[in-house]
Amino acid sequence: MTDSADVFALMKVAYLAYTLIAVSFLGYFGRRVTLAGTTRPGATRAFYAWVGCLVLVGVGIHVFTFNKIPWVKWDLTRDTQQIDQEFEIRMAEHEFRLPSRRIEIETGNMVRFNVTSSDLTYGFGLFREDGSMMFQMQVLPGYDNDLVWLFDKPGIYSIRSTEYSGPDGKDLFLEDVVIVSDLLSDSLAAVDL
Amino acid sequence: MLDASRLTPLQRVSLRFAVISLLFYGLCIMEGMIMRGQQISFDLMEADHYFALMGAHPMVGIFGSSFMLVFGAFYFLVPTLMKKSLYSQKLAEINWITMAVGVVTVWLAGFVFRYAALYTNYWPLPVTEFKPISLLVFATGNILIMTGVMIFCYNIFATVFHRSDTEEPMGPLLKSAVGLDGFVNVYRRWRGEKVEEPLMPLPIVAIFRGTIDTLLDALVLGGISIVFLIHAVFLFTGEPLPTTWFDALVYKNIYWWGLDLIADGLVLIYVAGTWYLLAGLISGRKLFMENVARAALLVELVVSWNVWAHHLLADQAQWNWMKILSGEMVTAFELVTSGIAIFVTLKTLHDARPLKMTPQLKFLLGGILGFSLGVPAGIIQADLGMNRILHNTQWVIGAHAHMQLLIGLGMTLYAALYALFPMLTNDTPLKSRFLTNFHFWAHLIGGIGMSVCMGFAGMDGMLRRTMYGADHPFQPEMIGAAIFGSLMVVAYLAMMYNIISSIGPRGLLGIFVDLPDAGEQGAESATPA
Repeated sequence: MTDSADVFALMKVAYLAYTLIAVSFLGYFGRRVTLAGTTRPGATRAFYAWVGCLVLVGVGIHVFTFNKIPWVKWDLTRDTQQIDQEFEIRMAEHEFRLPSRRIEIETGNMVRFNVTSSDLTYGFGLFREDGSMMFQMQVLPGYDNDLVWLFDKPGIYSIRSTEYSGPDGKDLFLEDVVIVSDLLSDSLAAVDL
Repeated sequence: MLDASRLTPLQRVSLRFAVISLLFYGLCIMEGMIMRGQQISFDLMEADHYFALMGAHPMVGIFGSSFMLVFGAFYFLVPTLMKKSLYSQKLAEINWITMAVGVVTVWLAGFVFRYAALYTNYWPLPVTEFKPISLLVFATGNILIMTGVMIFCYNIFATVFHRSDTEEPMGPLLKSAVGLDGFVNVYRRWRGEKVEEPLMPLPIVAIFRGTIDTLLDALVLGGISIVFLIHAVFLFTGEPLPTTWFDALVYKNIYWWGLDLIADGLVLIYVAGTWYLLAGLISGRKLFMENVARAALLVELVVSWNVWAHHLLADQAQWNWMKILSGEMVTAFELVTSGIAIFVTLKTLHDARPLKMTPQLKFLLGGILGFSLGVPAGIIQADLGMNRILHNTQWVIGAHAHMQLLIGLGMTLYAALYALFPMLTNDTPLKSRFLTNFHFWAHLIGGIGMSVCMGFAGMDGMLRRTMYGADHPFQPEMIGAAIFGSLMVVAYLAMMYNIISSIGPRGLLGIFVDLPDAGEQGAESATPA
């Protein structure tokens, strides 16, 4: 299954390539515009073709990610998703309050995180051991903020607030508290439910 | 050297805006570099100081630097292009003072009183987490800034529409000012009918259109500041108002609707207008597809008012249809409208070959490059799938925001500055061509390098508004960003030295105060180009 690490690996190459192409094109244009030359006809057609391309790219990117990035569909249909494990997490006074000391997830489970705040707007994000982000959402006070995620590989994750909530918010970090493992027993998962 | 005594009131007020703007820009990059040091892991300050700095930084950069440079340029350009007098010189003078005092007040709220709700001010953070005095000072400063913005809008609208020296009726003027005649002309051309020459020059249409968004933005941010002010007063009495009366999600929608008009309405439209103006000035030609460009400015009105939800793609309480329609689909048209502006500008320049590579042309191309890189980065994060893994990372503020502001907007404004400099200073020549070129390359390489480093840090998971302890995994990217950032500081110093040595310390002082022997000094040193 595609995860954020795969997406970023591709994105880094694409972004770097696009940056180099854009810089080279403007550099080439800057050189060319100082030289004498003739203007080719048909620029109006090229203009409308350019506009058409921009519309296609602008809309196409969303169609592409909808079909290729699995969590878009999970998110849009999260009310009707079959959930294997569910965790209630509360946030208040710049603290995470987890249902247990660690969140233990069985590999292959679809998990729902319900996060609520009783005071400020916070964020809720899962991060890998190398610091890269798995996913995040905003946690608004007065609302149920829920997110579903399919954990298809074992791993250890940290939780960090991804939204600024005042200077004290910098400490909203729980290291290695989410454990995704093949070895969890059904009973342990049931406790979390 | 500049003889300030020979400046017209319009030149003088525009230069006052420009000087204050450049000083605020210097403050802004200094703040940026201090924060960069902290991000590398130098233990420079406590969290409350760091975040106060982070809160002041965009306020100084956007309102103190960008807005003031734009306002100064447009105060000069609108009357000049329309061959009218400015509606009120006095209001323009009040305007720069109000803006400058407002920005300094907001900065003091952070520096002295540690107000640190950041640029987003998410409810109820501002009214529950900070001292009443800090909230009071911030709100007062912000109200002053927004008052200044409203004065500008009023003065520009009044200049465009006041009819003491013109015979045009209001209806056609308004139609032309919003770009409607562009649509009509495109339709007529399609039908093979004769097109009519629009009443308003295209840059004026862009300035007028951008000013509508500027006004709405000021109304929202000013209104929110009044709410803060009321809460601050009650906090002083020891009986704080409840915070539950304002729903956090509704607040976020309202606030982002207003705040986003700065980025997606004002900046893109003002920038497009400046590109069109510069392309016309540099090429000496009529703009390619001018009527389409006019129509696109009107389309941007619909787009800029309906894109705010891309800031709420990570908010699970937000309706999905709003995320898809406003956050993704309408936002995608930012790519189209900015792409139209890029094509029109480049084609106009291309048709006028061969052109001399002047500083204004060089910086104009730099500005176009900045938006070519920054807008697609924004479109990528305005996607449900990508936002889930990019929201609030360094990607957002680096590859998108800083790329657009420092390279896209910044270099466009410098292009305008170098183009307007002779007009505003009675043909005072710039002292050093080398320093102008150095400014260009150092700013371009520094700005792109820094933004790209931040973008890569974002893809590696680095958040934009938190503090990391020592030895965090993003240090290599932050060191790279610091090196490129330092290049921008050197670029700024080179530009300032070049400008100040060109107009002279006396000329600089003379922009603000009447010097006693200004007449004699001016007669001796005036150097026509």
